[in-house]
Amino acid sequence: MTGPRIPELSNVSTTVLGADEIILNMGPQHPSTHGVLRVKLKLDGERVVDSECIIGYLHRGVEKIAEHRSYQQFAPYVDRMDYVAAVSNGLGYCEAAEKLLGTEAPIRARVVRTILTELQRIASHLLWLGTHALDIGALTPVFYCFREREEILKIFEKYCGARLTTHAFRIGGLQYETYDGFEQDVKRFCDDFARRIDEYETLLTENRIWVGRTKGVGILSAADAIALGVTGPVLRASGVKWDLRKAMPYAAYDQYKFEIPTRETGDTYDRYVVRMEEMRQSRLICLQAIENIPAGPIMARIGKVLKPPPGEVYHSIEAPKGELGYYIVSDGTTQPYRVRVRPPSFINLQAFDKMARGSLVADVVAIIGTIDIVLGEVDR
Amino acid sequence: MSHLLSPSIMQLVLPVLYAVVIVAVLPLLAGYIVLVERKVMADMQARLGPMRVGPHGLLQPIADAVKLLLKEDIIPDKADRLLFWLAPLVSVTMALLAYAALPIGPAFQIADLNIGLLFILAVSSLGIYGIVLGGWASNSHYSLLGALRSAAQLVSYETAAGLGLISALLLAGSLSMKDIVLAQYDQGIWFIFYVPIGFFIYMVGSIAETNRAPFDLPEAESELVAGYMTEYSGFRWSLYFLAEYANMIIVAGIATTLFLGGWLRPFASSHTALPGTSIELLDALPSLLVLGVALYCFYLAPKQPVKIQKLVMAMAGGLCLIIAGALAGALLAPPAVLQGIHGAFWFLAKVFAYIYFFLWFRFTFPRYRFDQLMRLGWRFLIPLALVNLIATATALLATREWGGSLFLYTILADAVTLAVAMFLAKNDEVDSIVPVADGE
Repeated sequence: MTGPRIPELSNVSTTVLGADEIILNMGPQHPSTHGVLRVKLKLDGERVVDSECIIGYLHRGVEKIAEHRSYQQFAPYVDRMDYVAAVSNGLGYCEAAEKLLGTEAPIRARVVRTILTELQRIASHLLWLGTHALDIGALTPVFYCFREREEILKIFEKYCGARLTTHAFRIGGLQYETYDGFEQDVKRFCDDFARRIDEYETLLTENRIWVGRTKGVGILSAADAIALGVTGPVLRASGVKWDLRKAMPYAAYDQYKFEIPTRETGDTYDRYVVRMEEMRQSRLICLQAIENIPAGPIMARIGKVLKPPPGEVYHSIEAPKGELGYYIVSDGTTQPYRVRVRPPSFINLQAFDKMARGSLVADVVAIIGTIDIVLGEVDR
Repeated sequence: MSHLLSPSIMQLVLPVLYAVVIVAVLPLLAGYIVLVERKVMADMQARLGPMRVGPHGLLQPIADAVKLLLKEDIIPDKADRLLFWLAPLVSVTMALLAYAALPIGPAFQIADLNIGLLFILAVSSLGIYGIVLGGWASNSHYSLLGALRSAAQLVSYETAAGLGLISALLLAGSLSMKDIVLAQYDQGIWFIFYVPIGFFIYMVGSIAETNRAPFDLPEAESELVAGYMTEYSGFRWSLYFLAEYANMIIVAGIATTLFLGGWLRPFASSHTALPGTSIELLDALPSLLVLGVALYCFYLAPKQPVKIQKLVMAMAGGLCLIIAGALAGALLAPPAVLQGIHGAFWFLAKVFAYIYFFLWFRFTFPRYRFDQLMRLGWRFLIPLALVNLIATATALLATREWGGSLFLYTILADAVTLAVAMFLAKNDEVDSIVPVADGE
């Protein structure tokens, strides 16, 4: 996406068949652009010749706001970026700020953070699965997915009082202890979820229509994926075994055993399989973590007013959608000098044109769904 | 009085009466099919569906209709006003016209044309003009793409569905809808048992023809917003809607007539009377079924939370009770009246069972992509329908030439057709992995 390409896109030429190409605007109010993404497509019949994503409809200047808030005050704002994975956003920001301060959260806090973040990953993937299936025309899985997601949101609500934009973590650890019965709730969910995820698979995985709609659609090669900076399940489906939880462990991930699922082709079906497997792995991590939550304090001793020493830090975590990085520059005051977010959705969305070119209009919908974007994060 | 009821006058009066009944009842029926659809969908998706308007949402269709009629009627600025106005009318007229030849019972048929089936197919496929015109007149990309998809889809699948129907026609030897049912009565078997594959092909074809999921590409919400209906609103939109559901009943009616024995009850050819009476055992079945529904309504009525809901539920139960009474009373009436009333009951029951499958498919399957849809139609269904047709014809010929049971021959024919189907499906699988070539 170098410079504005809109004028070039408007130049309509005639096609092989002698017919005019047409420009189709998808969004920003189209039902399957998942928010306010606008995609401009140049079509030859139903085939996509060129495409351009036009973003910014949900721009709220989150990074600028950070410069006028104290470190703690900014924490709730990050929940509003990827609003379906608020806990993961919070984890990334809190850990980055802790790194800047030169402290670390106590082990108990790190384990609880791991559990909640993995639950959030499952919730985020469930939302993706439901809406992706809905885009491809399967009307029913979305309700099953929401049923299970609801259980996770209930756990969040019991823990911190909020369901969506949770602000669950604080810089230095946790604000709240876990509630009585937290372990049982998570265990009950995990036990139930093994059966539920098989249920989704019976509806989709071997369904001829589903396979037909997703196999070979929106192929992204490993080389392209790396060149475009794509991360997360999209990268792993292309065959690159890269997961920050293993590569640069944070929170308490180094204590748990889990696999990094990968696939080879990098098509929509592979991304589906990878995310399904990731949900299973997240479930395993949760089960391991609740077995033994260490006792101890939940908050590091960092004081009420945070004044990190001048300097800069980049810290990234494996959010459900990919690498979520925070680059924070401190000038020694209570407010950050600059916060720059590396949102996975924004970077992954760049692969859209590569995937969509040469496919059909119906595939465009599948491809937008398979990248798993949240516009709050793309536009910030 | 007697000259008024003379057969020659009745021949004129009755069809007009039937036509009025159909035009009056059909919108209501379509509305209630929508309610059933939403309830079935809710049941499959672990939720309740409409619950607010009336007990269990029983009055929802009426509320929806009022809402649609009161909505602002918008014609886009750049639209072709005349065609935009005309298109939904074409759709709905053609859909209603097809009812003329549909036998809802031995007596309840507006006109028993000797080319009845051909007439229905011809008229209902004219409805595509409404869709194409509407898509074109809207002057919007989404509408145009939706309309083009519709046209291509209808042409492809009508061929397959038609070939599926011919296998049953061979057995009946007539195009008159009435004679087709009577042929099944004479042969003592519904044609679905002779040509199950023909039925399957027609079923798939008819889903595609009525633009229902998984073939609902013309109105694929997630891709084309609402396809050819995108620019329509209010009353015009509801006319398209009515046409769609009227068409669903039509295709279900055709399938019922050709494959499921039309208005005949199960085991229509066996006549075992209840001991001591002239009433046949199986004739008592409809009234008992409806009585069961009535009792269930009465059972639910006291459990409704609001008083008015209790009342409406009890009224629904009462209505069922009256229908059950009428069905039971018909047992005592002359055979012609009995068959007329019970025929309508069985016909509608089969139509709704068929429509239930439509709903079931819709909530289970993802949507086909357009090129896949075309491939399925042209490279799987049409060859299969042709093979099925030839196999059925061979079975018929073999029975005539060598004697023996037609049923056994058709089982052989079905086995051959199934083998071909497996071969075709395997071929298709190899193809589907190869990405679509450029330029198609």
